[in-house]
Amino acid sequence: MAGRAGPLGRAAGGAAGLALVVLLVAPLVMTFLKAGEGRLPGPAEYGALRFTLVQATLSAILSVLVALPVARALARRRFPGRRLFVTLTGAPFLLPVAVAVLGLLAVFGARGWVNDLLGLAGLGPWRIYGLHGVVLAHVFFNMPLATRMLLQGWSAIPAERFRLAATLDLPPGQVFRLLEWPMLRQVVPGALAAIFAICLGSFSVALILGGGPRATTLELAIYQAFLFDFDLGRAALLALMQSGVVALAAVISLRLARMDGSGSGLGRERQRWDAPGGWRRALDCVWLVLAGLFLTLPLLALVLDGIGGLADLPARIWPAMGNSVAISLGCAALTVCLSLALSAPMARWSEGLGLMPLALSPLVLGTGYFLILNIWVSPARLALPVTLLVNTLMALPFCLRLIAPAWARAEADHGRLASQLGLTGPARLRWLLLPRMRGALGFGAGIAAALSMGDLGVITLFGSPERETLPLLMYRLLGAYRTDAASGAALVLLAMSFGIFFLFDRLGGRDA
Amino acid sequence: MLELSSLVLTQGDFRLEAHLSLSEGSSVALIGPSGAGKSTLLAAIAGFLPPTEGRIRWRGQELAGLAPGKRPVAMLFQDGNLFPHLDIFRNVALGISPRGRLSGAERGRVEQALERVGLSGYGSRTPGELSGGQQSRAALARVLVQDRPLLLLDEPFAALGPALRAEMLALVAELRAETGATLLMVTHEPDDARRIADQIVLVAEGRAAPPAPMRALLDDPPPALRAYLGDNGAGD
Repeated sequence: MAGRAGPLGRAAGGAAGLALVVLLVAPLVMTFLKAGEGRLPGPAEYGALRFTLVQATLSAILSVLVALPVARALARRRFPGRRLFVTLTGAPFLLPVAVAVLGLLAVFGARGWVNDLLGLAGLGPWRIYGLHGVVLAHVFFNMPLATRMLLQGWSAIPAERFRLAATLDLPPGQVFRLLEWPMLRQVVPGALAAIFAICLGSFSVALILGGGPRATTLELAIYQAFLFDFDLGRAALLALMQSGVVALAAVISLRLARMDGSGSGLGRERQRWDAPGGWRRALDCVWLVLAGLFLTLPLLALVLDGIGGLADLPARIWPAMGNSVAISLGCAALTVCLSLALSAPMARWSEGLGLMPLALSPLVLGTGYFLILNIWVSPARLALPVTLLVNTLMALPFCLRLIAPAWARAEADHGRLASQLGLTGPARLRWLLLPRMRGALGFGAGIAAALSMGDLGVITLFGSPERETLPLLMYRLLGAYRTDAASGAALVLLAMSFGIFFLFDRLGGRDA
Repeated sequence: MLELSSLVLTQGDFRLEAHLSLSEGSSVALIGPSGAGKSTLLAAIAGFLPPTEGRIRWRGQELAGLAPGKRPVAMLFQDGNLFPHLDIFRNVALGISPRGRLSGAERGRVEQALERVGLSGYGSRTPGELSGGQQSRAALARVLVQDRPLLLLDEPFAALGPALRAEMLALVAELRAETGATLLMVTHEPDDARRIADQIVLVAEGRAAPPAPMRALLDDPPPALRAYLGDNGAGD
């Protein structure tokens, strides 16, 4: 009875929901109309579709395969730095994709550390470009996510069962069959589906490491249709194929993935009775070290290269940084406002609407907006506002999933008192909701700001030399073979992405 | 006068009927077994539960359709009577103005209320920095500035020890005498009822009985009340 949404809350949610539907459906309709003028998909389009599916499948399977021993080792071993390790697995979510790819290039690239080693052994050089490079980068990003999801599964097995297994002196094989296998059967399909869906929408990774007829994703093909051919009909056709695939995968993954990978409670220390010693212990240790190196070496390499590259940065880094900060702050503000409005009705319909962007990809939306704007103005002039809009829509589902539960909790805990005191509308927001939601608001704004700061997507469709963001500048430096300067820009971008996240998170007063 | 006429409250399978009226200025204890619907009755009067049938009238005016904050009611719940993120002054001040903007005179009223309950100088603390008894006092200070003619207490002092609870009830009795408010309080303790109430409404077996004089009822309980009180409660 307490905490029913008032008419004002429903109105705010309705307005935000309507705006959201228009902003998502209008570009799709426009794309559909434009694609209708074009032709049917040809070999090139089917090739892109096949590559998209193949790389996503491989990335999902490899990420989970690598994550399995790592998550198991994390679940059953206690060592100093374990909490840090678990925290580290959350970092790739905020890491700008293009920055990480640059780090991977520094380790696995033509002049990277791995090839240096291979050269010493008289082998190589190993080339990172193509399918295996794309998959490698996707594993870098999604293996940690898979680890978190699996670790959550392991932590969810009641400690009493492991204790029981210990009193029965079950061998490791039996423990696996009786306790761990049933959990894995529930968790692994969800992890596979989530990573598959994420990799379908891959753009920046394919942009830098893929390309060519044999390594082009649908997202990348859209970009190429725009930039190389300016074939809007073909871009629309590809966008339509992409949105079909992504929407389907999103629905499947929402059905399969029960756990959110948020990793709450993963830092908890718990006695494990089954942790076998001997060679199994050594193997767990090896897995953890390898995974740790795989995740940290690229960043370390990037930082080392980047420090050297700072001096090579061109003067146009300043306006690019200004644009990025402006977009990032704007995205944080807009995303939080939209999330608040959609949380206000405290209803499933409004939260469901807020998840809709998960079924669309940035370049599909970008294509649609381009087609719409193209009727009246030159879309390049609106590059930054459109980037801001698309970034906001993409960050919304993550932000809403933090803010909506916080709103509901504040209402459940204190809504009755607020109603008794006649706190409605803005007064309720000011005295009850905003202060109670501070932590979620700061965290949500930080995520939106960091995702937006690091985004290299739509801006590539619209960007012009005089309107560039920091990630775009970085990509252009890379394209001009100014690798040192690109590393410098990547380092700046890395610092700014995490800096703005921690700033917002600190403002919210939540312990990071 | 507070009139409950042919009132029927339902929540799932639960059903409570009430047909009674309470005179203004009276002090009424609601007594009855747990789950009998005492809190439900208060929730309906406060506007948190719409009646299934019947009417609730205050001074002849129908209360249905009025939001909780618009009713002539101040209410203290079992817990959560203060916002933990706001200081005591602000908590009390919200009883005067939900918008939170106070005139100088209104600030004075808040200070006075805090002084009246023995908390002068505590305005800048947060509820977490106060003891349980002090928190209850702060909530009562807010009730004081809310200045509503109907005061509903849903066992707000249940978590306090016996001595503190008696102290709080004495304070409530004083405040009530000063403001002339009509008091409705839920209680499990016949002693509490003796301390503060002049009338008793027995809530049992799906029905809230009309008020009866406190002493007469407690000294010679009808069967339903006797069943609830057991051997300890009846008589002194």
